[in-house]
Amino acid sequence: MTDIPDRRTVAERVAAATPDGLARKVSGFSDRTIAWLFIGPTIALLLAINIFPLIWAVYLSFTNYAANKLNATVAWVGVRNYSRVLSDPDIWERMQATAHFVVWTIVLEVLLGFGLALLINRQFRGHSFWTTVVLLPMMLSPAVVGTFWKLLFQTQIGPFNYVVSFFTGIPPSSFDMVGSVALAPWSIVIVDAWMWTPYVMLICLAGLRSVPDYIYEAAEVDRASSWRTFWSITLPMVLPFLMLAVLFRAIENFKMFDMVALLTSGGPGSTTELASITLKREAFEKWRTGYSSAFAIILFVTIFGAANIYVKALNAVKNR
Amino acid sequence: MNGETDAPVRRGRTAAAPSRWPRFARRAVMENVAIAVIGIGVVMLMQPVSLWLYGWSFATILTGTVMFMIVSKFPA
Repeated sequence: MTDIPDRRTVAERVAAATPDGLARKVSGFSDRTIAWLFIGPTIALLLAINIFPLIWAVYLSFTNYAANKLNATVAWVGVRNYSRVLSDPDIWERMQATAHFVVWTIVLEVLLGFGLALLINRQFRGHSFWTTVVLLPMMLSPAVVGTFWKLLFQTQIGPFNYVVSFFTGIPPSSFDMVGSVALAPWSIVIVDAWMWTPYVMLICLAGLRSVPDYIYEAAEVDRASSWRTFWSITLPMVLPFLMLAVLFRAIENFKMFDMVALLTSGGPGSTTELASITLKREAFEKWRTGYSSAFAIILFVTIFGAANIYVKALNAVKNR
Repeated sequence: MNGETDAPVRRGRTAAAPSRWPRFARRAVMENVAIAVIGIGVVMLMQPVSLWLYGWSFATILTGTVMFMIVSKFPA
């Protein structure tokens, strides 16, 4: 019987032979200390960037602080800021505009995104090319999209009016998507749906591709119609993914700012002034920092609450 | 057949004693109640009908959210 040569280095052999307790003492730091040294900076950064501003905003929401009056005395006003936000008819109207935007964008994005995912899921010539083409809007910056669509919606030179005119016969200069009180809320819905439908499609596509083939084969053996297969297999299997897409889009659209600010700036009047645009105006144009902090906390709690609903629904669907 | 005999028995252990936690206060039930409160609050916040409902929406959402955070720690 021959000995197997030990190919480890001396240092490795010494390290392996050292008892654990002694090794810890020799290195000077316990594993726990080393772990804290590694995660400490990250936690400190998170506290500084996320948690501190949140707590500070909560504090400011109970004061009359104005960020443009640094030397003014800051007084505690209790829940007066919340009471003002929640009794202001203008803010109430902004919430309705936000609700219109959130609901319609989600409806359109889910319907179109799921439809596109069903089409793209089929193998056809140029499949990869068309997938990339469909995904392009999602890759653009919202600021670019806002400016780009402002040009497309131009009454005189914008192609959008001419396309609508071509299909409907309405004169192209007879309507203004961005300037009309009736049409402006729909213009932001159209642009958001154009930009984010590919995102919903991508999530649905992931859901469709996660359905095992043998389930469809079993349905074929059972002679299930394609309609029945869709309702009994495809839709239930993709539903958790759809819920996820709805969750993400609802939260994102509830706090939508950049695209709408560049496209309509909240106009005409305040027709498309969403909650986040109002918040920015209160905070950085009217300099009502305490009031806008209260408004921001209300929006934050709403999003947090809505996220709870969706996460619960998502778990329910997943556990089915 | 009562609930005790239906309880799953883990290997090497006896069946767990029935929980004294009230049935109505179990996690699943209370989470659904909290979610209903949040949902009502969100609808109140965005409805175009009544300013009074809008005024009470934040209190409703906050109540539901805090309730959800508490009841999600309740036994299943």
